[in-house]
Amino acid sequence: MHELESIVAQAQSQIAEALDLKSLDLVRVQYLGKSGRITEFLKGLKALSDEERPRAGHAVNQAKQSVQQSIEARARALETAVLNERLAREAIDVTLPGRGRAGGGLHPVAMTMDRIEALFAQAGYEVARGPEIEDDFHNFEALNIPANHPARAMHDTFYFNSRTLLRTHTSPVQVRVMRERTPPLRVIAPGRVYRCDSDVTHTPMFHQVEGFMVDENVSFADLRGTLTDFLRAFFERDAAVRFRPSYFPFTEPSAEVDIACVICGGGGCRVCKHTGWIEIMGCGMIHPRVFANVGVDSERYTGFAFGLGVERMAMLRYGVNDLRLFFENDLRFLRQFN
Amino acid sequence: MKFSEQWLREWVDPPLDTKALVAQLTMAGIEVEAVEPVAAEFNGVVVGRVEAVEPHPQADRLRVCRVDVGADAPLTIVCGAANVAPGMCVPAALVGARLPGGLTISRAKLRGVESFGMLCSAKELGLAETSEGLLPLPACAKPGVDVRELLALDDVSLELSLTPNRSDCLGIAGIAREIAALNRIDMKTARAAEVPAAIDVAVKIEVATPEACPRYLGRVIRGIDPAAESPLWLRERLRRSGLRSLGPVVDVTNYLLLELGQPMHAFDLARIDGGIRVRQAENGETFTSLDGQTLALRDDMLVVANHQGVLALAGIIGGAQSAVNAETTSILLECAFFAPAAITGRARRLGLHTESSHRFERGVDPELQAQAMERATQLILDIAGGEAGPVVAAMNAEFLPCRSAVMLRAARLERLLGYRIPAAEVQDILVRLGMRVEAEGDGVWQVTPPSFRFDIAIEADLIEELARVHGYERLPSHRPSSRLEIRAHDAHLERVRRGRHLLADRGYQEVITYSFVDAGIQRLLDPVHESLALANPLAADIAVMRTSLWTGLIQAGLHNLKRQQARVRLFEYGRRYTGALRSDDESGAPLEQIKEEAIFAGIAIGTAYPEQWGLPGRGVDFYDVKADVDALLEDLGRGHACGFEAAMHPALHPGQSARILDSSAREIGWLGALHPETADALGFGQSVFVFELNLDTIESPKDPSFTELSKFPSVRRDLAIIVDECVTAAELDACVRDSAGNLLQGLHLFDIYRGKGVDSGKKSIALGLTLQDFSRTLTDVEVDALIEGVLKQLHIKLRATLRE
Repeated sequence: MHELESIVAQAQSQIAEALDLKSLDLVRVQYLGKSGRITEFLKGLKALSDEERPRAGHAVNQAKQSVQQSIEARARALETAVLNERLAREAIDVTLPGRGRAGGGLHPVAMTMDRIEALFAQAGYEVARGPEIEDDFHNFEALNIPANHPARAMHDTFYFNSRTLLRTHTSPVQVRVMRERTPPLRVIAPGRVYRCDSDVTHTPMFHQVEGFMVDENVSFADLRGTLTDFLRAFFERDAAVRFRPSYFPFTEPSAEVDIACVICGGGGCRVCKHTGWIEIMGCGMIHPRVFANVGVDSERYTGFAFGLGVERMAMLRYGVNDLRLFFENDLRFLRQFN
Repeated sequence: MKFSEQWLREWVDPPLDTKALVAQLTMAGIEVEAVEPVAAEFNGVVVGRVEAVEPHPQADRLRVCRVDVGADAPLTIVCGAANVAPGMCVPAALVGARLPGGLTISRAKLRGVESFGMLCSAKELGLAETSEGLLPLPACAKPGVDVRELLALDDVSLELSLTPNRSDCLGIAGIAREIAALNRIDMKTARAAEVPAAIDVAVKIEVATPEACPRYLGRVIRGIDPAAESPLWLRERLRRSGLRSLGPVVDVTNYLLLELGQPMHAFDLARIDGGIRVRQAENGETFTSLDGQTLALRDDMLVVANHQGVLALAGIIGGAQSAVNAETTSILLECAFFAPAAITGRARRLGLHTESSHRFERGVDPELQAQAMERATQLILDIAGGEAGPVVAAMNAEFLPCRSAVMLRAARLERLLGYRIPAAEVQDILVRLGMRVEAEGDGVWQVTPPSFRFDIAIEADLIEELARVHGYERLPSHRPSSRLEIRAHDAHLERVRRGRHLLADRGYQEVITYSFVDAGIQRLLDPVHESLALANPLAADIAVMRTSLWTGLIQAGLHNLKRQQARVRLFEYGRRYTGALRSDDESGAPLEQIKEEAIFAGIAIGTAYPEQWGLPGRGVDFYDVKADVDALLEDLGRGHACGFEAAMHPALHPGQSARILDSSAREIGWLGALHPETADALGFGQSVFVFELNLDTIESPKDPSFTELSKFPSVRRDLAIIVDECVTAAELDACVRDSAGNLLQGLHLFDIYRGKGVDSGKKSIALGLTLQDFSRTLTDVEVDALIEGVLKQLHIKLRATLRE
């Protein structure tokens, strides 16, 4: 039995010395294989007496188990080492940038229009489009701005000929939609508009969003509620909003909408010209003559309309201080909005 | 409209400070755009009476003055002004005074003579941009009185930004009337008294077009003193309104324009020569205006003429020939009501805009002329002396604007505002605004607006007045309740949104370029389409409508290359404008032949990828951009097979340009490299790739429809074939698909080889075919036969041979 103990000890030492799975397997064959040294002991049990056999059998089995366990443990350890080595070999610099990535982005004015559309979509407004090359009727006449009306002076118009022009506002879309459809209507019309004016605060092309709602009992209170909600949602702040009497030929009553300055909060700064308020949009109740021009019965239906300048909203939201940057399309500017 | 607050307060004085008054006006729709002090900060300046003036012993230009400043003893002040004279009252800045700009006055020796202060000009006090000599103060001024007090300089100028409907507020009186109504108080000033005629001299007045000029008053004033000067109070008021003093007669007419909103004109009587005739101009008639411009007139313009020619453009500007000047002793004062329709637009067409045209276009109170004439007469007589003749009136009452009664219903008022204003308040507000209100049954009124309100014609106008005076901010605000409807999805909007996001995600930066472009650059890129030209472009580089978005994109690309951007990817979604306009004289809808199409377009310049470690650096090529276009097409035209065919485009490289086709082979766009000559002409030193897709012509996306999955394995066979260089991938693809039939589930071109082993003029192409049946597993024999058939067809149609 001393022999068995010494064989186990030898096996254990060889197992510990095995440096890879292959040599470990050779150790296994040497001791536990068909003619392995421990296997030989098992075979030798047959030769023992009935009294001796159980005790010796027990000892041999224990030796076999012990060697087997050691081999398995060593195998696990070797496998782990191999895996660890592979993992270490395969380690990379995860801080290197991803391959082939080239991010683009959307234009801040377009993003602002998207945002305005999304907000009004929540309240069930649909988006309408109309031509940018317009006729005098839709751009002026139908909106109660006859030839020689002083309000035409506020619209420096680009003309193609005496009857055809680039729309000066998105309001002609209101005319087109109302002529084609019947109330109830809730529509916004975003798009490009043009005025013959170019300086620090004017570009000859810019964007407006026209919006209107027509139904049987739409009131000035509805207009106030709608635009107050919209402005607060757009600027994501519970800012004061005020409505100031104004004049547009196509609405009556008309109002300018001011919002407490989103830059200084109303305390007064350069952006709000130290008034605490920012003029943000024009609006009013649709003029009965406009309804008449588009064939809507103004006794049955009432409605409100509003128009806002998208660039101004974008400038306020993103803190852009020069309108002209929007149309220079300088990548260093545009990438700031990605 | 700009004016002094003190002047306004002479007419109406509500218990509000300046800030509150400004807020009240603004919230009533009379926007106050600016509030400016009428004089810069200064102090320590008093009235000084010059007692004696002696020459300076050391300097020819300086004088030594003895000045009474109300103190125990007069002061010695050295002065360099040429107009200093004994007896004159002038502003004297005492030692310690601070002048505008921060100058502090101290005792100083001027060329050896000690001076105890400084005599001031208007400029030095910040009261004028330029001035000659000392500012003369009224002779009756008491020495020692603070000049700020004397000139009432603790005042502000209010500048209004008036909407075009409120012509009634283009005078102090009208603004005062508005403030009185807003505060429920009364105005202070009474009507001007009549000035009786002292002489019997009159000019005959004839009005040929009474509808354009329903009222024309004329009055002769003779014997005025040409040397008279406008008093300081008058000059100050004009100055605070931003007007220069131009002598008593002109100053008085300007004063009336500001005070009552009535434009007036004074002719030099000696240069009228005969009677006045108000008539339409003749086409081609010329006229030289006060400011020296010679204008060619048209027959829709109203003029004031004599028998020789035009004296004035009615309601717009006077003429140089009959203008009042420094020698004028007799004048004809004109005070008229010209109908807005006869004036509007004319000044603008001539490039003019005057205080007078501004008011007549919008509407001057037709009942104001007599009152204005009396007030002006009195002021001229007071200031410059003379004798007035009788007022001669040419009047045609039937053409005066007639204010008809407007019905106002309480129910409509409440419906439009969502709020009920009590009936008593309704009546009170309207009456205070000068309206005649007659109740007509329950909750209905007949309201007649006053002569000066040109903007009240319908019920909604009255409702606005009520809302305005009641206060917009006191009206309710609530969310609308409305009939909700679920509408069909707006597919166009969704496609635009997806397309934009897709290109942005693929590395393109969205730009917005002008819809109008440079005609020359556009012609390089699109010589085919005629561009629509603006009649009044702002500049040559934004003069014609774009027929292609490339024009703007290319300029944006150049802009960025010039700013050291090595890699430029830009896209724009917008419209292009093509077609022809009908000429002016043709009837029919003018827009009928104009097309506005929705376009996605892009440009790619520079490296294929941003500079980085993981990819070889190389320039962008056709296939990089084609991948982007493919992705866009797959998204916008989902479910439709689009194609590319080699085609010539005038702006593109003939070997690298493709027409993009829809599933029915209709053109939907272009992709290619700019023609090297075009690129050079535009200033690019490298390859430029552009694409353009017409969203309006891309077939609407198809909803996907489900097909059963095969339960049987697929078989893959790869073929390497040799074909002539000119055989295209599309031809191979079509041929294989035709000949392989339904079993072909996938086809990939996975390699192209030229070189050793392949004859020149030929290329080797590797194709991978995936075959599968839905009902059984394919056998090798079947597959072999099928591939045999494919190769045969490839050989017959494209002379392709299997590569050994």
